[in-house]
Amino acid sequence: MKYSIFSLARAALTGHKNWQPTWRDAAPKDRYDVIIIGGGGHGLATAWFLASEFGIRNVAVLEKGWIGSGNAGRNTTIIRSNYGLPGNTGFYELSMKLWERMEQDLNYNAMVSQRGVLNLYHSDAQRDAFARRGNTMRINGIDAELLDQAALRKMLPFLNFDNARFPVQGGLLQRRGGTARHDAVVWGYAHAASELGVDIIQNCEVTGFTRDANGKVTGVETSRGKIGAGKVGMAVAGSSSRVAAMAGLRLPIESHVLQAFVSEAIKPLIPGVMTFGAGHFYVSQSDKGGLVFGGDIDGYNSYAQRGNLPVVEDVCEGGMALIPMIGRVRLLRQWGGIMDMSMDGSPIIDKSPVDGLYINAGWCYGGFKATPGSGFVFAHLIARDQSHKEAALFRLDRFQRGAMIDEKGQGAQPNLH
Amino acid sequence: MRIICPFCGERELGEFTYLGDAKPQRPAADAGEDAVYDYVYLRDNIAGVMSEHWYHGGGCRTWLKVTRNTLTHEISAVEPAAGAGAAKVGA
Repeated sequence: MKYSIFSLARAALTGHKNWQPTWRDAAPKDRYDVIIIGGGGHGLATAWFLASEFGIRNVAVLEKGWIGSGNAGRNTTIIRSNYGLPGNTGFYELSMKLWERMEQDLNYNAMVSQRGVLNLYHSDAQRDAFARRGNTMRINGIDAELLDQAALRKMLPFLNFDNARFPVQGGLLQRRGGTARHDAVVWGYAHAASELGVDIIQNCEVTGFTRDANGKVTGVETSRGKIGAGKVGMAVAGSSSRVAAMAGLRLPIESHVLQAFVSEAIKPLIPGVMTFGAGHFYVSQSDKGGLVFGGDIDGYNSYAQRGNLPVVEDVCEGGMALIPMIGRVRLLRQWGGIMDMSMDGSPIIDKSPVDGLYINAGWCYGGFKATPGSGFVFAHLIARDQSHKEAALFRLDRFQRGAMIDEKGQGAQPNLH
Repeated sequence: MRIICPFCGERELGEFTYLGDAKPQRPAADAGEDAVYDYVYLRDNIAGVMSEHWYHGGGCRTWLKVTRNTLTHEISAVEPAAGAGAAKVGA
């Protein structure tokens, strides 16, 4: 069904009893042109772009849990395109432009809110690095503003500007950045994809691949039986290594747990998204009033969707260093998600060495903002067997060729990205 | 998660730093590029019981080999790592 003011009014007149499910809960058919493993944001976006942009509508999305049960519901909802390295800069801006038209494209309110993303700097060296990144963004047509301390004192009077160790000197602001309602993003893609005929199959765990005599993937084995496919794409985040192993592949990826936090609801305080530049702490305020924040990954391999206390302490210390008054706010909830940490901190969107299998992985803890862009370029790759120009550097073999995209310059140590 | 250090006893996680999977072995100096690529970049990324290296920087400053389940965080064994750690106990 199409959502509009008229459908709302019609439903109101009948006591809201006639709403249809947002998407069809499909049962698997024998065969599809394309199967996408993983019903998270990236998988659903890929299916929708395959159907809407590339004319491939005989598509299934297989999800082992339910839609919204994985990282789509576990992130801190931030969207931005403030990257400095070739490969990343253009790709994340492509994604940002898709965020800006997503709600019209999908006919779904994803509460995309361009309230600004501000990265604070605390030293002269950091200011120079941010100025350089801002210039890189502007040269590529992306908005960026370098603000000094006086401008920030007007905007955010509650920051701890005179912190003896890490004074706030200023910040790099991307006004077009912001937040989106994470659940609504997957619901919206599921809704729009389902309208175009995509089968969304929940509680369907992939347990293996079927291959022909030449090794080409011909389908998948699942907890709901065998399903044939012309091509198979995987977008399974923290489970990437496990799914790839079913096809005999080892990936340059480790799975790590990232925690996030939300406080009790308070009156409007934080106007946009802000990040502490001297530790790892980022915060925004949800429309319900809770402070949504997070920091570093825990640092050890994990498939458990929960973390440990040292990182809780570290994140809260970062928050206290930046905004001392939040010490009076009570923590409401805390949770963990499993991140596919790549060896250079950047994603992999590429054909795999196995014919018929396509990989979308390695998002580290930056996958949410990439959702629409990832779906678009992955659909492009699957439909045309050719990388989109903005994703051409996200190759699986870049580690072997020494062509890393290491935004943080940390080297091959995934828990530092 | 708490780790029972063989030298210091049970300590909180914040005292330890993680390196990763203990299985990859540095290839010989004359091994080919593929062997180095495999060692530096590829991981088994085990979902289950894994042997891994931790450093007890907040205590005895010894490298440890910890056997831990990545699905549950349950630790089943902690021993000194080969090299400096094992030398301390004459292993």
